[in-house]
This record gives sequence, structure tokens and C-alpha cells, in this order.
Amino acid sequence: MTAAVSWLQRVLLHAAAVLLALWVLVPIYFITLAAFSTEEAVYTYPKQLLPREMSTETMRFFLQSEGVIPSLQRSVFVAGLTLVIALVVGVPAGYALARFVFRGADAFRLTVVATRAFPIVILSIPLAVIFLRWGIDDTIYGVAIAHAALAMPFAVLVTSSVFAGISVELEEAAMTLGCSRASAFARIVLPLALPGLAAAAIFVFIISWNEVFAASILTLRERTLPAHILVVLNASPLPFRFAGGFFLLAPSLLVIFVIRKYLFNMWGRVVK
Amino acid sequence: MADVRFEAVRKTFGKITAVDDVDLVVADGEFVVLLGPSGCGKTTLLRCLAGLEKMDSGRVEIGGRDATDLPPRRRRIAMVFQSYAVFPHMKVFDNVAFGLRMQKESKAAISERVDAAASLLHIEELLDRYPSQLSGGQRQRVAVARAIATKADVLLMDEPLSNLDALLRMEMRAELKALLKKIDATTIYVTHDQVEALSMGDRIAVMNSGRIVQVDSPLAVYDRPADTFVGGFIGTPPMNFLAVEVVADSGRPHARLSGGLLPVGSELGRLAGRKLIMGIRAESVLVETEPAEDAIRATVVVVEPLGSHNLLTVRTGDDTLKVSARPDVFPAPGSDIWLRIEPERIRWMDAETGAAVDGAASP
Repeated sequence: MTAAVSWLQRVLLHAAAVLLALWVLVPIYFITLAAFSTEEAVYTYPKQLLPREMSTETMRFFLQSEGVIPSLQRSVFVAGLTLVIALVVGVPAGYALARFVFRGADAFRLTVVATRAFPIVILSIPLAVIFLRWGIDDTIYGVAIAHAALAMPFAVLVTSSVFAGISVELEEAAMTLGCSRASAFARIVLPLALPGLAAAAIFVFIISWNEVFAASILTLRERTLPAHILVVLNASPLPFRFAGGFFLLAPSLLVIFVIRKYLFNMWGRVVK
Repeated sequence: MADVRFEAVRKTFGKITAVDDVDLVVADGEFVVLLGPSGCGKTTLLRCLAGLEKMDSGRVEIGGRDATDLPPRRRRIAMVFQSYAVFPHMKVFDNVAFGLRMQKESKAAISERVDAAASLLHIEELLDRYPSQLSGGQRQRVAVARAIATKADVLLMDEPLSNLDALLRMEMRAELKALLKKIDATTIYVTHDQVEALSMGDRIAVMNSGRIVQVDSPLAVYDRPADTFVGGFIGTPPMNFLAVEVVADSGRPHARLSGGLLPVGSELGRLAGRKLIMGIRAESVLVETEPAEDAIRATVVVVEPLGSHNLLTVRTGDDTLKVSARPDVFPAPGSDIWLRIEPERIRWMDAETGAAVDGAASP
């Protein structure tokens, strides 16, 4: 009896998992398919289910459209700058959270996450006013600052989990063997943390790469790629939309596979 | 090499006092074991000496130099950690060479000293490997080699063998003892394993609740524990403790146990009327199967044959104690035996404080 129930539960659980996976994967599949089809194939109904003719025609059309290349360059620059800001501030914070017991550590941890509780759409308007005052409105620097703020919680928590996974005894051993705290960090902790820090960096890069609302509100002419696509979307032909969608999607997908093990122990409590 | 001096060292973590006014002097070349149950402050005391913990008050001296405010790298110490702390991203050679490189030794000197340390620990074959390719025992050897390679003044070891399996631990224990004798290093060794402490140390400092309770040679700690804590912590089985009162009504003094009267040395007469605890080791009780003069009757509860001897759990009056009998003495549970206790093997302690009553029964 109980065996039958648990069997049924497992089937239902798996069915639910498959359903959820399909819900995400089917659109991704069609977008990818359309992005690499010929223009005619994109317009055909019913849709083809299997790739027949692979073509880069649609992608080329997308990349050659007006404004795509400059906004792509801006996106890369913004994401790069976001990465630098978020890591320069986030890595020391992550290290502190992982290594030191201090009053309010847990509150700090929560506050870091809580910054994500404010909808960026609402936050963007006062931000735009401030940026106008500072004279960095409609610049990629303004966007990068906003993105760095958005990415900060992830930068802090992911790096703190990376550092928590590195035994403090390694650092202490280095210190007894002639290192100062700083050189112990540079010689022992940094090399060991590098893969995890790289993962955090990529993640931050992607957060900026995919961010559209803040970028749309804070800029008019200096659009990043997602902001640009959002603006021209309604006036664009179908192939452009699919190609653009794929272009925004692909990097995030890759990254999720690379860094998911670091995301799983984001709270820094699970070591190894 | 150097001597080490702790003076009134005190360290608290919030409300918890981990190390409470500890004084200890370790002579040049001596091997001192800090022994105690987990949480007694022994590791914290070691880390205070290493400079990995900042003391609340007190001072430490290494080789006559005040090291209290020096960072770890200026203290001329080397440390072996419980987790080995072998650097995973460096080959064994680079691990052992790490301290020497930090000291800016020449390449030739580094290579020579690494080879010497490696041969002492028998890891010459492993120098080109990464730690992940080593077993726990091999990593342990790398950690020790790394610590001795720098020829530090003082070698600190924090439960270095506790992560090894039992057989390997026994092997390493003997090897480590021989090795440390050979390099003649001043060593402070932390362990909760009394067998390790008894078998390795020149002296043992027994710690309890942040204080050093007794510092003595292993034999003295075993035979003449300073209090009931030390007697109960050291030895397998632990020392038996029986509440007694010394009576000296007519001539020879006796100890009144709950299970009978035991004649004791005449020097005990001055303790007459005092409530005491009688501490006696299992092997200091002679088991007789027939009634004997001055013996105390007891009932056998459990018999545990251990090969070299039989460990008996017996009851006499209100007291339960463990005694060891010859392997051919096999009393049935429930049967009566007679215990003869050599008065000079008894450790007398005060019933209230648990502290040994000095001079009462020194052999």
C-alpha cells in the first residue's frame, strides 16, 4: 500500500518536473530554431518542429540592422564595468562574511539580499533624476552603476560561499610559514578561489547583459542591446525578434551550467 | 631551538573563558603535551602561542623574546594543523618549500632542506604529486615535513594524528616520537587522546575548563593525579573513586568504605575523621577468589575478557569499581570475590574539592 503510494508520488513528481522543464525549454527551443532558419521558414505555418535548413541568414539580418552593433558594444562595455565595480566592492564583502564573525553579520547578509526587494522599475525613476543631477544621465556609466547595484547581492553572496569553502587553516598555515594576512590571501586563498570568483564574475556580467528596465529608463540614445531591442521590438519583423531573443538568451544559458554549483551554496554555510 | 614561557595567559570568546590565567614553561628541546577533553582550551592556548589568537591578557615568550604582540610569521614557530592544511594547489615539493621560500632561501638551500625533510618523513617519492593524489596518512607526512623544513624554534602540533585511522595513528605515533627526538625540537603537542599523551610526551600538562590542572611526567600524571578530574580523565579504565572516612579508634588507621574496612598506612592517622575520596587504579587492586586477610568483599557484576587481563566490574557496598584480574581468573557474575588494595597505591583526595591530599600516600 505505502509502496504504491510512494510510487504514485514519484510519478507525479517526475511528471511535474518534466512539465516545468518543458515550459522553459520549448520556447527556448523554438527561439533557437527560428534564429537559425531562413527568413521564409520563420514565417511558415504550421511551425517546423525539427530543424530542416540551418541558415545564418536571420542572424546576419539581425546583426546588420541599424543600431544593433553599437548597442552591442555598449552592452559589453556596461557589463564589463559592472563586473569591475561589483567585484571590487563585492569580493571584500564576501570575504568578510565568510571569514569573520562580527556583530550583525546575519543582518548584513539579509540587507544585501533585501536590496533586490525594491522593483527596479520604481527605483529607476528617482535614479534617473539623480543621474540627471550628476550629469551621467543617458550614459553607459550611469547604467553600469545601476547594474552594479543590482548585481551586488550576487557578487557578495557567491564570493562569500566561495571563500567559506576554503579552509581557514590553510590561511593560518601560510601565516605560520612566513606570510602576512595579505600575502596569505594572495598566495593561498586567491588561487584557490579563482574558479569560483570567475563564476561570480560571469554571473555578474550576465545580470548586466540581460538587464533591460533600468537600461531603458536611464538611457535614451545610449541604449544597451536589450534596451534597444525592447524599443524596436514592435516595429521589427519576426526574424529580428527571434535572432535578438536568441542573442540575449544564449550567454545566460551557458553561464547557468558553469556556475550552478556555486549558486547552490549561496549562503556560504554548505562547505565543499 | 628555544624555550617557551606562558605567563598568565587569558583568552575569552564573548562570555566563555577559553584560557584562564595559564602559566607554563617549556624547556628548550622538551616535548610537552597539552591534554584535556574537547573545549578545555588546549587548542586555544596553542593558537595564542602561534599568534593566531589575540590574547586578552598575559604574555608569551619564545626563546627569551617577548612574542606577545608579534604576528605569527615573526614568532619563529611552525605548526601542524589537525586538518593538515596542505595547500591543495601546490605540489608536495612546493608545500614543503613554502616556508623556506618565504624566508628567501637560495634555490640550492631550499632543495637540500626539502629533500632532508622529505627523507625524514619518507615522502621522497611523492614530491612531484598534488595533495589530492595522496592518502590521509601521506598528507599528514607532508604537513609534518613542511613544518620541520623551516627549522623553526618551536614546533606546534594541534591534534596531528586525530584524523588518521587507529592502526595508522599508532604507527605514526611511534614514528613521530622518534623523529622529534632526532631533530631535538621544542615541541608543544595538543591532543585529547591520553594514550598519545602518555606515550609521547616528556611532560603532560592536563587542562580542564581553561586551566592547567597538573604538569608532570606521564608516569606521575598517571600514578599521582593532582585531582579527581585528572585521575578520571587519564587511564583506561579511569581511576576508581570511592568515598571513605579514615578512622583511627584503636591503633592502626583504617579507611571505612561502604563495603568494609581497609587498613591503611599509619601516616593516614592525621587524616582521621576527614571525608576523603580514595582513588585507586584498576590494576592496583588484587583480586582473590578466596576470603583473605584485610581484603574487602565484592560482588562481580560484569566480566570483560581482554586477552592480557580480565576487566571486572564489581560492587562493594554502595560503590562500583573496575578492577583487572589475571586472565585465568574468571569469576562468574554474581559470585563473590575479595579485593586487596595496596595502601601505597592509593591516591587520597579531598571529598569536597577533589584535590589530592598531599604527602598522604606518596610511594
